[in-house]
Amino acid sequence: MYINRHAPCGTVYAVEGLEVVLIGAAFEQDVCMAFVGDGVFQLKQDQDTAETGMKNFSPAYRALGDYEVNRLYVERESLEERGLTEDDLMPLTWEDEDDDWAEKPSIHIVDRAQLSDLIEEQDILLNF
Amino acid sequence: MAFELNGKTYETDEEGYLANLGEWDSDVAAYMAKEDDCDLSENHWEVINFLREYYDEYQIAPAVRVLTKAIGKKLGKDKGNSKYLYELFPYGPAKQACKYAGLPKPTGCV
Amino acid sequence: MLHTVNKSPFESSSLKTCLSLARSGSDVLLIEDGVYGALAKSAHAPLVTEALEAVRVYALEPDLKARGLSGDRLLPGIEVVGYDGFVDLACANDKIQNWL
Repeated sequence: MYINRHAPCGTVYAVEGLEVVLIGAAFEQDVCMAFVGDGVFQLKQDQDTAETGMKNFSPAYRALGDYEVNRLYVERESLEERGLTEDDLMPLTWEDEDDDWAEKPSIHIVDRAQLSDLIEEQDILLNF
Repeated sequence: MAFELNGKTYETDEEGYLANLGEWDSDVAAYMAKEDDCDLSENHWEVINFLREYYDEYQIAPAVRVLTKAIGKKLGKDKGNSKYLYELFPYGPAKQACKYAGLPKPTGCV
Repeated sequence: MLHTVNKSPFESSSLKTCLSLARSGSDVLLIEDGVYGALAKSAHAPLVTEALEAVRVYALEPDLKARGLSGDRLLPGIEVVGYDGFVDLACANDKIQNWL
């Protein structure tokens, strides 16, 4: 599990973390991602970096489904502290090959206790 | 590194990937392919154009496994398999086709 | 004096420290991840709302857009400015304090 705790633009944690996730997934590692704290801002819709002169890497989150990274756990408490709701997040989906390519949501909103359980279940944890 | 084409200089990285995506045009693709003794056919262009569209939408160059699957979905199963893609791009479909498409080396490519 | 804050209030105490030390009548400009401090309904909104009674708070528009935040998500009373507004604020104030 990759734990993402940083906002998207101010530091390179988010983009570096995403890159590592994609590399791991390209090698068919079974990975999932958790978004806590300011990490939830990474999934905010409508990011447009044009005026800041930075590359907008937020569309790359939409490719995660193609890489079979389809378990993105977002902590509910982190959203609430920031005045965000699920509707503020990009609608990320993946296509289930075993279910006639049905489009299914990749984002799962979990509460702090559920996330704690999920973290406990993992073999390997990487923080970004 | 760099190469000259039609009186213009194009910067590349040490592996020949175009430094500036915006400078790409079809002449650049044809030139790069020719350097590798590869003549671009309709089938090559189909993959190259697909990659450029993919990059435009997702801002990343897809890994070979993802490319194969996505091509299969868009262009049919007979094209969305490694045999077909490796015949077109023997140096590795994602790696070689991304280069001709002016994209960076695919994420997850060693 | 112009104060700039470039860290998320959830990540760093710089916004809190800035607002507690800024004199009445100061300008406070939120830039980079600092713009998250402008969000209405956030856990830090009461702090900023209280500060707005004494200081003017601005948020830099290109940094808001980069983070997918539109003007209607911000606390009322916060003024959105562009790079030109940043320059105006820098010129209008005799001193600048960057809360890095």
